[in-house]
Amino acid sequence: MENVAEVLYNLWTQSGFSLLFTDPRQVIMILIALLLLYLGLVKKFEPLLLVGIAFGMLLTNLTAVSPDYLATLSEADQAKLFEMQIYHPALWDGYMNGTIGLGEIMHEGGLLDILYIGVKVGLYPSLIFLGVGAMTDFGPLLANPKSLLLGAAAQFGIFAAFVLAGSMAGITGGIINFSPEQAASIGIIGGADGPTAIWLTTKLAPELLAPIAIAAYSYMALIPLIQPPLMRLLTTEEERKIKMEQLRPVSKTQKILFPIIVTIFVILLLPSVAPLLGCLMLGNLFRECGLTDRLSDTAQNALMNIVTIFLSVSVGATALYYRFLEPSTIGIIVLGLLAFELATFGGLILGKIMCKLSGGKINPLIGSAGVSAVPMAARVSQIEGAKANPSNFLLMHAMGPNVAGVIGSAVAAGFLLAVFGG
Amino acid sequence: MTLDLGGYALYSVMGICVVFVALILIMAMIKILVAVTEKKAAPAAEAAPAAATSAPEPVLAPGTAGDLCLYDTDPRDAAMVMAIVADELKKPLNELRFISIKEVK
Repeated sequence: MENVAEVLYNLWTQSGFSLLFTDPRQVIMILIALLLLYLGLVKKFEPLLLVGIAFGMLLTNLTAVSPDYLATLSEADQAKLFEMQIYHPALWDGYMNGTIGLGEIMHEGGLLDILYIGVKVGLYPSLIFLGVGAMTDFGPLLANPKSLLLGAAAQFGIFAAFVLAGSMAGITGGIINFSPEQAASIGIIGGADGPTAIWLTTKLAPELLAPIAIAAYSYMALIPLIQPPLMRLLTTEEERKIKMEQLRPVSKTQKILFPIIVTIFVILLLPSVAPLLGCLMLGNLFRECGLTDRLSDTAQNALMNIVTIFLSVSVGATALYYRFLEPSTIGIIVLGLLAFELATFGGLILGKIMCKLSGGKINPLIGSAGVSAVPMAARVSQIEGAKANPSNFLLMHAMGPNVAGVIGSAVAAGFLLAVFGG
Repeated sequence: MTLDLGGYALYSVMGICVVFVALILIMAMIKILVAVTEKKAAPAAEAAPAAATSAPEPVLAPGTAGDLCLYDTDPRDAAMVMAIVADELKKPLNELRFISIKEVK
């Protein structure tokens, strides 16, 4: 009889249910994961990524144990818990300190540790960029190269948020304090580009990966709500009504040479951006050359889907309750929103300047599309333009700044990595 | 690394300048690329047979940002055709690309 009681007790202590009562924050985190699942599945907020992220959060928090509680357990119980878990932050802390190599993580880690290696070494964001490149038509950008200026201006959000994040200690009286590396990772949310945000954060501030990825993808999904009020505030009815001239046709040769030329010039200027920009341009070359349709198709579909699964689940797994439920997460959520608004502001202001300088030939609404978030931001420009003038078709004009924003945010990330990554 | 507010502001200004320089360089490269490719394409176009002159001149659809050509089709009919195609395919019109619309006689 005593044996039965002991077996039952052991079963209880080895179950995840016993862990739920060790820290109420764990239950809160599980509820947050369920909320994110609801937003992805029911409200359709970036479901392709948010569902995976939320499920990764759920998986990892069901058996997560805070270091404080872990210290109270015997070595045997600690070993049992270690085997139970599929993501081990302690291994990754050891990797960051240089005491553990990737080989040991492969040997001792759980499923999510092994998937997370792809995030840690920057593999997944680069492969996603390969797919993005294969899906992107740079034609509107080639037809109107001035679009690149709008794509550059919208990166204002990244650098303004970087300054704000760096000043958080002063603003909050020391409650929230970000290092320059963390501030750079928070700033990149303003690029409105998930893979770029994940790529830079993994390198500069991996401890903030989960809140930054969640903020970036959530705000990208909310672009149709975030941008229009600012667009209407900063532009007049007359400006929104402006019809733009038809774009010139772009030859096949120009489309093929573009990715090669951009790769050479930008990587020579900023070598740190090579993994992201190189993959983006390679994917685009697959698309445009007309000889590698199979590769283009794989990059856009099968590869993109596989990497999206691995990336989303492993990023979600880093959102452990004892690291995520901190005042800094609230700071990141607020700063992320400001970064998006400031990026929209930057693009619109340059759009207005270009409108004046061109004698009213450029509709300033296309400036807000410079924030990346392809093609959502361009669609918002189209919708707002059509509201002011139903015969206004801004979509293709807005795609220019939109894809320029992807290049701009990659360049900004490369700059921040070059400065703070050493 | 630790930074004061001035340091953050300085890196910000440097960062935005680097982004502008990189994108302006790309803009310049595109302009050179377009100039070179169009210069090469011009003599080839001139040498093309004049047979094409007998074909009906396409009319570019008003208000479109792409390169939709209309052959013997008025814009109103073209708009209707595009709306019907979008409806049949259950796709938003802005996700479809129409190259040309020609009246079959």
